Amino acid sequence: MAKKMFWEAVRRAHDEELANDPMVIVMGEDIAVAGGTYKATQGLYEKYGEQRVIDTPISENGFTGLGIGASFLGVRPIIEIMSVNFAWLAMDQIFNTAAKVRYMSGGQLQAPVVVRSPGGTAHQLGSQHSARMEKVFMGIAGLRVVTPSNPRQAYGLLKSAVRCNDPVFINEHELMYNMKGEVPEGEYFHPLEGSEVARQGRDVTLFGYNISVHWCLQAAEQLSKDHGIEAEVIDLYALSPLDREGIRNSVSKTHRAVIVEEAEPAVGVGAEVMAIINEECFFELDTAPLRVSALNVPIPYNHGLEKAALPNVGDVIAAVRGMFGV
Amino acid sequence: MKVADKIRLLREMLFARRFEERCYEAYVERKIGGFLHLYPGQEACCFGVLEAARVGHDYVITSYRDHVHAIKWGSDPKRIMAELYARETGVSRGRGGSMHIFDVENKFMGGYALVGGPFPLAAGIGKALQMKQSDAISICFLGDAANNQGTFHESLNMAKLWNLPVLYVCENNLYGIGTRIDRSTAVVDQYKRVSGYNIPSAQVDGQDIELVYKAATTAIKHVRDGNGPYFLELMTYRYRGHSMSDSNAYRAKAEERMWSKRDPLIMLRNRLIEDGKLSLQDFKDMDTEILDEIENEIIAFAEESPEPDVAEVERYVLADNDPWVKGGVS
Repeated sequence: MAKKMFWEAVRRAHDEELANDPMVIVMGEDIAVAGGTYKATQGLYEKYGEQRVIDTPISENGFTGLGIGASFLGVRPIIEIMSVNFAWLAMDQIFNTAAKVRYMSGGQLQAPVVVRSPGGTAHQLGSQHSARMEKVFMGIAGLRVVTPSNPRQAYGLLKSAVRCNDPVFINEHELMYNMKGEVPEGEYFHPLEGSEVARQGRDVTLFGYNISVHWCLQAAEQLSKDHGIEAEVIDLYALSPLDREGIRNSVSKTHRAVIVEEAEPAVGVGAEVMAIINEECFFELDTAPLRVSALNVPIPYNHGLEKAALPNVGDVIAAVRGMFGV
Repeated sequence: MKVADKIRLLREMLFARRFEERCYEAYVERKIGGFLHLYPGQEACCFGVLEAARVGHDYVITSYRDHVHAIKWGSDPKRIMAELYARETGVSRGRGGSMHIFDVENKFMGGYALVGGPFPLAAGIGKALQMKQSDAISICFLGDAANNQGTFHESLNMAKLWNLPVLYVCENNLYGIGTRIDRSTAVVDQYKRVSGYNIPSAQVDGQDIELVYKAATTAIKHVRDGNGPYFLELMTYRYRGHSMSDSNAYRAKAEERMWSKRDPLIMLRNRLIEDGKLSLQDFKDMDTEILDEIENEIIAFAEESPEPDVAEVERYVLADNDPWVKGGVS
């Protein structure tokens, strides 16, 4: 396996899927001539032409709806929303059309679109460019939500999402496009459901997704070194549907759980995973599960305030230490 | 237009009128639930435009006032009524209801309940047809009030920019729910609003089916010949409230009387009678036949049809057994 950057992995998935199926198109702001803000579509305009690699006007709801309408007739659009904050503007078409059309048509129509977007908080981008919206998407029936934590997943999840007949929202992270990781040389399709064990452990399960997987892994190493606590890290790359079985299996083994999310706590991944733990394996718990989340504030511009609003590795370690009283 | 076609269209419009009136009764009897938006008064818009299009070839998409468009586009009225009755035999298997009539086999791409929602979907259908190098076109029917949504501007811009084969038909019935157009819209003439996108447009009397047909023929030729989108505004009037929950108190009786004199069915009927092509008795016979069909075949079918199996409530949320969900190495 070769080490590739996250953006290279995403770009490769686009390239292969465009080559594989003439009905695959890519749409978004600045994705064609400019090659994409994070280079995820670099060079594809030159290779596949303006009919298939399309710079859109800044009309998120309009071009998302256009992609959805095209998908009714067998087109497979990969729609990039430049920043997940702008996806609010496309919610009408994503939620009211893509997620519901199969159901409300009694199975006659489907909207096999991929909407991918960089989210999360980067550095000092301010309140309106620091949204963490995965929790909003994962609450909607009829939509799949996945979120890669490394280049291999980013590549394989996009490949499967393009082929899948359901609408898929891919939540990427603005800070992760230059992250390096191993990507299979051969074609690889990552499952759209399930979870991965990112680190084996016996004492506590740290649930993470996207960037928080990395916080969990760092915390686990520190906890092992300093306290001999062996944390298992579960990578929830699929947020909808969540992997109930994977959650149950790990908690049944470690009997302790901490969910780590970059977003505000309310109605989020942490809340949902806790509910699943309650429903699936409450009596396996030795102690109440915890969540490590952002504060419930819009993200501030000031660096110190921004840092204070967001969770970090130290918060994860502190949560686990509190659990063990060490 | 040939006389035989005019008589057929009169019959089709009368059928649509009676179908919708029967829906009203069924709603009052609580056989139909939810929201119900009826079409009487606007028939010449749907029948005039779609008569000029190619059935089974072109794609139609519209709002929640959708029963009649689906019927004109080939849907079995029995299955439309069954949908309103929430039966498994309904076009959308009882999952959609009045506002979500879908009949994809007949290229009726659905009724949507968010005002303005179909604008970009229609453009997307146009994009797909363009990619497939098809000479089929995408036809989108919406009301005047939808033009105050952002999707109107976003979609017209893209449709023109990418030269998409879309005919946007604006059925201007002068009211957005209960608000008269001049109280909600700065520019009352809707066809003027698309000039900012360099899209050709026309405003036509939507109560005269022959005029609608003629204008639609020109519009459809423009779109089918690869010249990009066209916007057709049809001036019309709905007789009932916006939906069944609308008391319709906001309109002056004099205005309603004025429009009832311009009824699209009566106008066509009287013209055929004046030309000696139809007698009043012929029309009455037609009506009796239609009422019989609606009662004895359509309502009977809906009444007798089974409801969906409750065990299937979670079906159609996602694709059944999609292989790519499991991933794998190809």
